[in-house]
Amino acid sequence: MDINLVALEAKQAGKKANGPKRPVKPTKPAKKTKKAVVFFEVEILCAKTKDKLCFLDKVDPNATIGEIKAMFHKSHPQWYPARQSIRLDPKGKSLKDEDILQNLPVGTTATLYFRDLGAQISWVTVFLTEYGGPLLLYLMFYFRVPFIYNTKYDFTTSKHWVVHLACMCHSFHYVKRLLETLFVHRFSHGTMPLRNIFKNCTYYWGFSAWMAYYINHPLYTPPAYGEQQVQLALIIFLFCQIGNFSIHIALRNLRPPGSKTRKIPYPTKNPFTWLFLLVSCPNYTYEVGSWVGFTVMTQCLPVAFFTLVGFIQMMIWAKGKHRSYLKEFRDYPRLRSPILPFML
Amino acid sequence: MAAPAAKGTSRTAQNDVASIKKKGPGALATAYLVIYNVVMTAGWLVIAIGLVRAYLSKGSYHGLYYSIERPLKFFQTGALLEILHCAVGIVPSSVVLTGFQVMSRVFLTWAVTHSVREVQNEDSVLLFVVAWTVTEIIRYSFYTFSLLNHLPYLIKWARYTLFIVLYPMGVTGELLTIYAALPYVQKTGLYSVTLPNKYNFSFDYYTFLILVMVSYIPLFPQLYFHMMRQRKKVLASGEEHQKSN
Repeated sequence: MDINLVALEAKQAGKKANGPKRPVKPTKPAKKTKKAVVFFEVEILCAKTKDKLCFLDKVDPNATIGEIKAMFHKSHPQWYPARQSIRLDPKGKSLKDEDILQNLPVGTTATLYFRDLGAQISWVTVFLTEYGGPLLLYLMFYFRVPFIYNTKYDFTTSKHWVVHLACMCHSFHYVKRLLETLFVHRFSHGTMPLRNIFKNCTYYWGFSAWMAYYINHPLYTPPAYGEQQVQLALIIFLFCQIGNFSIHIALRNLRPPGSKTRKIPYPTKNPFTWLFLLVSCPNYTYEVGSWVGFTVMTQCLPVAFFTLVGFIQMMIWAKGKHRSYLKEFRDYPRLRSPILPFML
Repeated sequence: MAAPAAKGTSRTAQNDVASIKKKGPGALATAYLVIYNVVMTAGWLVIAIGLVRAYLSKGSYHGLYYSIERPLKFFQTGALLEILHCAVGIVPSSVVLTGFQVMSRVFLTWAVTHSVREVQNEDSVLLFVVAWTVTEIIRYSFYTFSLLNHLPYLIKWARYTLFIVLYPMGVTGELLTIYAALPYVQKTGLYSVTLPNKYNFSFDYYTFLILVMVSYIPLFPQLYFHMMRQRKKVLASGEEHQKSN
């Protein structure tokens, strides 16, 4: 391809500059042969208006996009690196931080385009906030904090033992998520757009308050099939929680610390990971399973709605992930479905 | 929200862009859409004529709803097909946006006006029915002519101008109707579910209707000003084309 030839020529031009050797001056001490480096020039234009935003000269050809972002940030302090999208083409895909300047299809004067991604917030911050809310809110309903139910019920406890069990399960679920966010997950991107936190929190906080209201209500009706129903539901819930955790650990181990490598996940010795044989995103499968368990346990329609909405969202994500696996890896196992074995 | 002109306009603006960019739906789809839009135009004309005749024979504009109740329900509900058109791709509009707009109309027709018999005599019903009728006649004839590539400037002008009056008129009628329905809904507990019950669920239709009314506050200005912007765009370029017509 022509562009690669240009890059190759640029490299060779760099090498040719080594040619003429400088005459040795006797007064100089032991001289190290110095390799002349062809520095790049980088101009950064606004992707929308094509305005020249920044001109960097004497850029090391081995500089990464990440380093260029840092340099751009110096001249424009309001655009910290996380909110910069740097591309070769105004409408093209963002370049990765690890991409090296001289490996890109650019001449020694590179023109890059900048797009502002908007205020960013770290994934960790978002996750902690969106999971902390449901944990606390549910407990407020469980303890029947004033102004939720009729005053005569303030700070009372439910007489149904399934309500206590449900509180434990719900709380366990979100504590697990918080701990996984802090200690297990390895994120590809550091940040996401700020508006996401409002969207996500509304969803998680809203639904958990809605569910908690009914489960902890003084007029709550326990499951129709009693103990058996609750026990079965608890088994499903715990099984899926362990499964979900196993998948998270397996995915973490796929990726060495600090790296952003991408590999096909495979089943490990842990039987819970054998679901990888049938499904691309077993973590989502187990997550849906957990909530189905919680629905059966509480026999509460709002919980069923939450499960359904969550399932639809995770199905969309799973399909996307499955498609990108298929695109990225030619030897991706054909037996796998995105989220439900043989079905979806 | 059942915004009369707004619904169609954003779809039409997209249609306009589509006719410039792509070749549009195939021949069979176009034939079907022409038939659909002609039928809808005719249907809303029937409603318009029904209203006029009832007014003339009664001598007043109270209680005209009953004279057009059936065709109103039929043709307004028929608009649900438009969601399908977007989903299938023969109309280049957003399924979500179209769905929202059609469902809000259907909601007002069935879940409010049909369900709460006591409001059917209200004048506010006539207010939104008239707004809807005029809007839909213009909108569907606009689509018909557009599909046949023969759009008279008058129709385009009407589509993008009359909304200035019809939209607020329709919104007023809708809000007043919902407001009128509130006491009856509260009294009878219509469509409401209370605790305790087997599925641990409750729904208060009265509160829901109030929330619907409140939702008009952020939505109406956004849609209205979107329409204004569309108007500037479409009619500005229309003046240039008019000369070639």
